Amino acid sequence: MDTEIALRVDGADHRLTVDTRTTLLDALRERLGNTSPKKGCDHGQCGACTILLDGRRANSCLALAVAHDGADIVTAAGLAADGQLHPMQRSFIEHDAFQCGYCTPGQIVSAVAMVEEAATGWPSAVTYRHPDGTDGTDTGPVDLAANPDEIRERMSGNLCRCAAYANMIPAIQEVARS
Amino acid sequence: MRPFRYERATDAANAVALLARAPQAAFLGGGTNLVDLMKLDVARPELLVDVRRVTPRTIEQLPDGGVRIGAGVTNSDLAADPLIRRRYPVVAQAVLNGASTQLRNLATVGGNLLQRTRCLYFQDITTACNKREPGTGCSAIEGHNRDLAILGTSPDCIATNPSDLAVALAAMDATVQTIGPDGSRAIPLTELHRLPGSEPQHDNVLTHGELIMAVVLPPLPFATRSYYRKIRDRASYAFALVSVAAAIDLVDGQVRDVRIALGGVAPKPWRATRAEDLLRGGPVDEERLRRAAEAELADARPQADNAFKIPLARNAIVRTVLDLVEAAP
Ligand SMILES: Cc1cc2nc3c(=O)[nH]c(=O)nc-3n(C[C@H](O)[C@H](O)[C@H](O)COP(=O)(O)OP(=O)(O)OC[C@H]3O[C@@H](n4cnc5c(N)ncnc54)[C@H](O)[C@@H]3O)c2cc1C
Ligand code: SF4
Ligand code: FES
Ligand code: FES
Repeated sequence: MDTEIALRVDGADHRLTVDTRTTLLDALRERLGNTSPKKGCDHGQCGACTILLDGRRANSCLALAVAHDGADIVTAAGLAADGQLHPMQRSFIEHDAFQCGYCTPGQIVSAVAMVEEAATGWPSAVTYRHPDGTDGTDTGPVDLAANPDEIRERMSGNLCRCAAYANMIPAIQEVARS
Repeated sequence: MRPFRYERATDAANAVALLARAPQAAFLGGGTNLVDLMKLDVARPELLVDVRRVTPRTIEQLPDGGVRIGAGVTNSDLAADPLIRRRYPVVAQAVLNGASTQLRNLATVGGNLLQRTRCLYFQDITTACNKREPGTGCSAIEGHNRDLAILGTSPDCIATNPSDLAVALAAMDATVQTIGPDGSRAIPLTELHRLPGSEPQHDNVLTHGELIMAVVLPPLPFATRSYYRKIRDRASYAFALVSVAAAIDLVDGQVRDVRIALGGVAPKPWRATRAEDLLRGGPVDEERLRRAAEAELADARPQADNAFKIPLARNAIVRTVLDLVEAAP
């Protein structure tokens, strides 16, 4: 069943008619030609399709486009402003934090969102180290740079088939520090 | 995926009415489970009724000290909520131990509670599965059953309920508020899901068109010290082999109250009432805990590949409650 929807993608407005079955990932890739989010598993298991959906990271492969009519989307391609790479993109390059690069746009979008989440005090499973849970009641910012375990936990929704994880940690730490 | 119609409900009553009229319709929350199952051709709704905008998206303190969580609250917002973090840390921890941030940003509380089993055969339409297609048989009983249930199973189905959140809510004595074609009602969380018996196709007691509106947590002062321990094959982003939600109220070394619920071991979040009853009113030490856990697991019926869950669950109960006791001020 066809439905008309509006999407704002990397700052540009689009109107398009989609079948109700179309996911945001397919709308972006197949209809709008934005191939920066990747299709890894198409089942929410790998994170390659990660986008910012109304400011929050989300797997675009499980989100129906009709359900997100009017959404404001940012893909990895849209993170670069005025021809300048986003600091996270630059840091991934400087730290050699990828190999084949297939998971990388998803990793970078995820990492950008994660730095933001930690700054606003969102907890992770690792934030609660103490068995009675009281650690998690400190709602202040989480220091990612000093806690690589926090980064590992918060990035666990992004798999890397090439296992470039080891270099992603310092790449993200550097951005988190600045 | 099969074609379907999509409608955005205008309010909760409209959502219920839309479903009541269409036997092959389903509510849509974040879609992180339903859309996945539609891609796999396991779920075949002809109509999706989007309920994210008509289920409450707020978390509020109630006059009696309890807390009401709207069914439309995302899993991320639930875990980050200061009230939940302070008053019911076990709930925030359970949510944070499930899925990934990307999924939790989409997933709703209502959808989380009604997510379907991760049994591999249930998700594979080329295999026999009584839950998916009643009467076809259970492929898991003679097949891969390492991840499946040891308690509450039936000869027709041995699937586990995958929700971490539900385990924590079961321990807290939460209640689920619904509205449906026959009006509204409140269901104890521990009675929301059902055991498979001879009808494994019914995961829960809700009727077609019954919409979860909210989850209510009772005031439970001692839950400020509570803990969720999840044991899985990798450190993160995996479903539980065994999990334990626990809270304990110790007065002068005696257990005034204790809450224990298990995940990964049964078709529903498993409230360990037998263990709790044995612990209440006495002191708590490793030996008493072990006996209580063993009593809880006495009826366990493992399959060929999952007998390891019995000692794992026992040890997880003992360790989790001991950790809470040892952390007591
Ligand atoms: C890779 C992966 C890993 C995961 N890991 C975990 C994990 O470790 N632990 C865990 O707990 N979960 C895990 N999940 C599952 C995830 O938590 C659920 O998919 C999510 O919580 C479902 O919420 P939703 O809003 O997206 O539900 P939907 O997919 O929209 O809906 C799920 C079901 O609930 C029904 N429904 C939705 N809202 C309502 C309502 N208000 N009233 C009545 N019915 C309703 C729908 O009709 C549907 O049947 C994982 C998922 C994936 C894809
Ligand atoms: S355990 Fe249940 S869900 Fe799994 S194959 Fe058997 S009947 Fe189906
Ligand atoms: S393609 Fe979306 S999570 Fe893998
Ligand atoms: S760099 Fe190849 S999958 Fe991550």
